[in-house]
Amino acid sequence: MKVKGPKEFWAGLMFIAFGLFFLFWAQINYQMGSAVRMGPGYFPSVLGGLLAVLGALVLIDAFVEAGPKVPSFHFRPLIMILLSCLAFAYTLKPLGLVGATALLVYLGALGGHEFKFKEVTILYVVLVIFSVLVFVKGLTLPFPIWPAFME
Amino acid sequence: MEIFANLALGFGVALSPFNLLMCLIGVLLGTLIGVLPGVGPVATIAMLLPITFNLNPIGALIMLAGIYYGAQYGGSTTAILVNLPGESSSVVTCLDGYQMARQGRAGPALATAALGSFFAGCVSTLIVAMFAPPLAEVALKFGPAEYFSLMVLGLVAAVVLAHGSLLKAIAMVILGLLLGLVGTDVNSGVLRFAFGISELADGIGFVTVAMGMFGLAEIITNLEDKGTREVFTKKITHLWPTKQDWKRLWAPVLRGTFLGSALGILPGGGALLSSFAAYTLEKKVSRFSHEFGKGAIEGVAAPESANNAGAQTSFIPLLTLGIPSNAVMALMIGAMMIQGIAPGPQVMTERKELFWGMIASMWVGNLMLVVLNLPLIGMWIKLLTVPYRILYPSILVFMAIGVYSLSNNPFDVLLMGIFGLLGYVCVKLECEPAPMILGFILGPLMEENLRRAMLLSRGDPMTFIQKPISAGFIIASVILLVIIALPALRKKREEVFVEEA
Repeated sequence: MKVKGPKEFWAGLMFIAFGLFFLFWAQINYQMGSAVRMGPGYFPSVLGGLLAVLGALVLIDAFVEAGPKVPSFHFRPLIMILLSCLAFAYTLKPLGLVGATALLVYLGALGGHEFKFKEVTILYVVLVIFSVLVFVKGLTLPFPIWPAFME
Repeated sequence: MEIFANLALGFGVALSPFNLLMCLIGVLLGTLIGVLPGVGPVATIAMLLPITFNLNPIGALIMLAGIYYGAQYGGSTTAILVNLPGESSSVVTCLDGYQMARQGRAGPALATAALGSFFAGCVSTLIVAMFAPPLAEVALKFGPAEYFSLMVLGLVAAVVLAHGSLLKAIAMVILGLLLGLVGTDVNSGVLRFAFGISELADGIGFVTVAMGMFGLAEIITNLEDKGTREVFTKKITHLWPTKQDWKRLWAPVLRGTFLGSALGILPGGGALLSSFAAYTLEKKVSRFSHEFGKGAIEGVAAPESANNAGAQTSFIPLLTLGIPSNAVMALMIGAMMIQGIAPGPQVMTERKELFWGMIASMWVGNLMLVVLNLPLIGMWIKLLTVPYRILYPSILVFMAIGVYSLSNNPFDVLLMGIFGLLGYVCVKLECEPAPMILGFILGPLMEENLRRAMLLSRGDPMTFIQKPISAGFIIASVILLVIIALPALRKKREEVFVEEA
């Protein structure tokens, strides 16, 4: 058996994994009930099973029909972009909008092809001023502006 | 004539200074994100959703609607001048629009796109006004069985319209349905799939999913290639189409408008499908079909009219049935719920001013868009020269702030990151996120209606076939599925999407 369609292969596995997870989790933890009075486990079990079956069909397809390779993952933008968002979210309270936005903009910019320090700094200053004026002053979102230790 | 009285009421609402301002902000933003490739209406509306909480319901909905149809205008500008779809629905406009620009006819191409869109906008506004009320009356008689079957039809339609593998699209729908079930089960009060995380008790926020799957995944994918853009920044000398052009473009505009309006109403339809179908139709019927792909004005007129018509008529299922036909409409439901309005047929009778005000605002917005897009075209062209490395950190900031502010909790941003990762994997594996998003929105609704229908029928699943309206929806779904599963048509469908890509 040779995998002819790598995209289908991995997609099939992904669907099977999701499907089985939802099916078993629902079976173990929630009541099924009956068709007349469906319990909390009924709908997720049916759907989970269906998803696993569909995943299996996609998987079979991977051995039958030839398809293109999975394009390679670019880890630099992936990691930097996700990291920048998380850094922003978890530092907003301690570092304020000024600090958290700095992390977001600089880390995010590192995910791109070029990183020009001066350009990113100008962008950061503009974005911080804009965010403070629009979101904190204008829309009154309850964000701290400055880091907690400076208050 | 009741319709005129209603429209008068609507214009009264839409022309109030505040709502005019909201409409202007909406269409301006829509044009802006339409022009910029890599920023779509889904991410933008998702970003603005938390903010609309502070507005009144009519103003908020008018603004959000403006973003959607405004993006259709803006998208064509980028398609014609840069050969990049600023919006997914202007993909086909690239084919002939860019060729026209290369031949020095960028002006007429832009004017055709804007005027075609305007004409389509006027007609489809009327269509919404005419067809929505009777449809809502029918919808008031719907029981749970009918609703369930209709949602099945909607999801099947979404699958049919997805690119690539049919199986994967169905699987994505089901994955979406499952993810929609996370949170407290309304019937039993049981917390499902929450894994002890208290933030998940209310379920996963739709905005969070949409921003992750569309917004973040899109940014990461865009950062992969170093694409350079060639912009036609040369002065656009004449805008107005020639007499010869007018002769050639009126029929395609008409056909595009009506085809687009019809396809927009379909569940799963909207701007993207409409523009694509109109281009294919035009290529078939036009006397100039040999010029298509080489700068035929019909190839700009038809899809640009159709995408705007489709964008507007896709409000019909939302306003009459409370069922979203695409991801943008799903966000509109979110916006209505934030404002405490339960979407459904009762909106039209109970919130008359809201319904008609929104319809009237669409016409007003279209008028603004023509002005924004023709005389001010130079401004948008300048915008195209902004490099992406400036653009995407700005988008990131707005997305992060928007999602964080949903409940002032970093957890939502974490979730967005997880869905961003899932979205990126899906891009790599060619699994489309759009059907998943639709499933995600409909998940809880479907379960609820299925339960009620089964309770009423004492557990007999035949109820879905015994009720005539419900049976009609089910039969239509089955026919759709069978048709596209047939080998001949399947091939055709794949060809069609290859051509589009």
